[in-house]
Amino acid sequence: MKRSFANLAALLLALTLPLAAQDMASFEKRVTVKTLPNGLTVLILRRPEAPVFSFFTMVDAGSAQDPLSQTGLAHMMEHMAFKGTPDIGTTNYAEEKVALAKVEQAYAAYEAERIKRVGRDPQKLAQLKKEWQDAMAAADKFVIKNQFGEIVESHGGVGMNAGTSYDDTSYMYSMPSNMIELWAAIESDRFANPVMRDFYKERDVVMEERRMRTDSNPTGRLIEQFLGTAFAANPYHRPTVGYASDLQSFSATDAMEFFRQHYEPSNMVIALVGDLDPDQVMPIVERYFGQLPAKPKPAEATTIEPPQNSVREVKMRDQAQPIYVEGYHRPSYLDPDDAVYDAITDIMSNGRTSRMFRSLVRDQKIAAAAAGFSGFPGNKYAHLFAFYGVPLPGHTNLEVQKAIQNEIAKLKSQDVSDEELQMFKTRTMADLIRGLASNEGLAQQLAIYQTRYGDWRELFRYLDKVEKVTKADIRRVANKAFQESNRTIGSIETVTEPAAAGKGAN
Amino acid sequence: MRAHKSRFVQVLCSFLLLAAMLGSAQVTPWNQLKFPPLPAFHPQQPTRIQLANGMVIFLQPDHELPLISVTARIRGGSISEPASKVGLVALYGDVWRTGGTKTKTGDQMDDILEARAAKIETADGADSTSISLNCLKGDFDPVFDMYLDLLHNPEFRGDKLELAKQQMYTGIARRNDEVSSIVGRESARLAFGKDNPLARDEEFATVAAVKREDLVNWHQQYVHPNSIILGISGDFDPTAMEAKLRQTFDSWPKGPQAKDPDITFTQPKPGYYFVQKTDINQSTIAMLDLGILRNNPDYFAVSVMNEIFGGGFSSRLFNNIRAAKGLAYSVGGGVGTAFSHPGMTNIEMMTKSDTTVVGIQALYEEIDKMQQKPPNADELKRAKDQILNSFIFRFDSPGKVLREKMAYEFYHYPLDFLERYRSEIDKVTAEQVTQVARKYIQKDKLAVLVVGNDAEFDKQLSTLGPVTKVDITIPPPPKELREQMGQQGPGGPEGPGQP
Repeated sequence: MKRSFANLAALLLALTLPLAAQDMASFEKRVTVKTLPNGLTVLILRRPEAPVFSFFTMVDAGSAQDPLSQTGLAHMMEHMAFKGTPDIGTTNYAEEKVALAKVEQAYAAYEAERIKRVGRDPQKLAQLKKEWQDAMAAADKFVIKNQFGEIVESHGGVGMNAGTSYDDTSYMYSMPSNMIELWAAIESDRFANPVMRDFYKERDVVMEERRMRTDSNPTGRLIEQFLGTAFAANPYHRPTVGYASDLQSFSATDAMEFFRQHYEPSNMVIALVGDLDPDQVMPIVERYFGQLPAKPKPAEATTIEPPQNSVREVKMRDQAQPIYVEGYHRPSYLDPDDAVYDAITDIMSNGRTSRMFRSLVRDQKIAAAAAGFSGFPGNKYAHLFAFYGVPLPGHTNLEVQKAIQNEIAKLKSQDVSDEELQMFKTRTMADLIRGLASNEGLAQQLAIYQTRYGDWRELFRYLDKVEKVTKADIRRVANKAFQESNRTIGSIETVTEPAAAGKGAN
Repeated sequence: MRAHKSRFVQVLCSFLLLAAMLGSAQVTPWNQLKFPPLPAFHPQQPTRIQLANGMVIFLQPDHELPLISVTARIRGGSISEPASKVGLVALYGDVWRTGGTKTKTGDQMDDILEARAAKIETADGADSTSISLNCLKGDFDPVFDMYLDLLHNPEFRGDKLELAKQQMYTGIARRNDEVSSIVGRESARLAFGKDNPLARDEEFATVAAVKREDLVNWHQQYVHPNSIILGISGDFDPTAMEAKLRQTFDSWPKGPQAKDPDITFTQPKPGYYFVQKTDINQSTIAMLDLGILRNNPDYFAVSVMNEIFGGGFSSRLFNNIRAAKGLAYSVGGGVGTAFSHPGMTNIEMMTKSDTTVVGIQALYEEIDKMQQKPPNADELKRAKDQILNSFIFRFDSPGKVLREKMAYEFYHYPLDFLERYRSEIDKVTAEQVTQVARKYIQKDKLAVLVVGNDAEFDKQLSTLGPVTKVDITIPPPPKELREQMGQQGPGGPEGPGQP
């Protein structure tokens, strides 16, 4: 039992790449995959090291799916998924349901008046606001705060969290393995029957999250402006957390609509890893998650970013110390050269042997840190390969920019060394092996690969692609992507006078 | 709507409806579920060996993956560095590795190790330093040889010391850019006292004062077998490994005993402490005091109290301040605990500028409630269940068990401390929870730090009590350093980080 992955890892280690079919088979035996009639895909990987399990649920919808003027809605929905169901979080759902409907009515009336461009009546607005607040207070009486989290935590759940990115929304925690049926009961309920209770207070919580991550953080401020400049058409130009005015306008009804459109079983993958016997656990999962009504996978409609044909720049004058970043558009993760971009990331940025560390930090002594990386701000759609540098005191963004562009020029004009390329391949394989050591990490990887490629096996097949990367590929891709006209620059230039944070509307 | 599809859609819908109904007929509501007991689980305990020279070794074989990792924790850390050279141990923890050995530069080590996807790293801490390795099993012998070379023959090359200093200067120049970094620093200074070795800050001058021989001397003074606890886990044969380690370390002579300095802890001076930051629209509030040691008999009641008060998604702070009032995204805290000194009690929240005083009052209200009435039976049970039912995650991997044992060994705690913890938590009563809340969280003894933009506050802090303004201006670099950094110096002629 203790040697669950040893054979696979040993074969990987032998560096007999591309991965022979037989190696995959040894891992395949441990993974059970099933797509339920409603379209939900479930993966179970048995790893009986200790009587615990972890899960990772991935919904293939993120902030890129936020409707126009409702930025932040995907993230808001993620917060609402902790608010319970008709059976969790309420003292009386029948009455609460009526009260919540009144909140929505009152809010719609208030909002209709609030957004009037012409003829808004301040007195009426105040009255409508009061009616809305009274309706909230009436609904609040039925709420058992955070009962969902309480159930998870009092039954031994740890690491309960969720995340929203541009590309997807994910939910995760770990539990003792005897709690698997409880897990199935509450997790299926959460996605079958969500209740939008406490929505408007949670909106305030999310506003605080925005203030923390964006308004009151210099890097956050820069990144929001930078992405808004690098992308014009694709939703990557908008912040995942949402603009303040949208956060103060969308409704629980809007969130429910987002939920109906995107939280379809066919748009979700759940991976479970740990001390779980698939023969026992899969029927439980089917029984509970079978409740989710089937609907077709939502149509994928996203504007494709048109080619950039001129340099763009954001120069932010701020009290913070200088930072420099530049980004280049590249295709999505499905591009045949995806592994080549990973090779560039590794060679440019991975640790003390990386080119950018050795050049900007060690030799030129102009930066405290410097690196380049892909997948910014997501990778489902065409995105950016970005480089950044943190100038040392007394050195400037301009010096850092020049040094970064020199490194890029080298990548375009000369082959990388055999050692560099081999290092990338060896490290990729070793990282894969190290990733097998945790339930949480494995659940996440399985869910991501199943969602993104329709087959978790791609996690291992990726090694084949890595093995095939050549020096010529790296030069070709660098020449294709790192063009001046495809560049967006972002920087913080230090000023001593105060710069006001976005105050947000109130 | 296309008519020819509707029949099919109807059939499909009724089928799905039926399936959904069947499904719901079989599911049990969460509160009626019965759980089987968790199977008995006896995690594998590491083997403890003590060599004649005092070195303690823990072996924890784990054959799941073909990897081996080693960590040696060495007594002595930044609390023992002189006040005039704050940053010495941080520089040591970096340059020990990057500065290489007598026969190999750090860069050569990087090339060799990275080609095998192996790691050897050194690190610094408040009371210890460490040297660790992680590699594929097949690479262990050469990587371990390099590890031993670094353990015994570090060179601390000057170019790498200079590089590490430059990075530290950058950190100093940037330390007022982000709120979290200001709060972390000033909280420690308020709770522990600004001259307490646990709260001292690196400055341009103290970093500049560190010389190569300081690192060499530190190594000579502290790195001796009787100060080392070494843990090894991974895919090895324990008998052969024990023999190899004995042979490797047996002949290493004992050195002087490392001793931590005696630190005097005094209660912080109560009141409000304000840091002005004009580029933010959200205040961070931190209520601070000295906490307790983990060998304090109250530790178990404090753990339960913390869980009820400010730990996790079901705590009172989270429920009342975040969920019910919508005042904060980030809120939490409790009485701090640590192994070898009082922990830092910290009750913290971030709220928009114009609810700063409302936020402070909301925290006070929660403190009052905690002290006035014992938690009811349900709340107490939930808190204990949270601790006890998740207990398995303290030791669900051989690596975690090893790290836990190494910590107890380092701090001279009983090696079965974790098992005792479980039974003691079980015994905590509601009255004990209230007692420790009253004893360790006292409103009139707290130092309340606020980092914010007071032009936007709902009310001025002075309406609550006397306010001390905290100056976070970064002392400028000494003259020679300023010249070396270039004429303008970091952040302009006034020095960096002027608000």
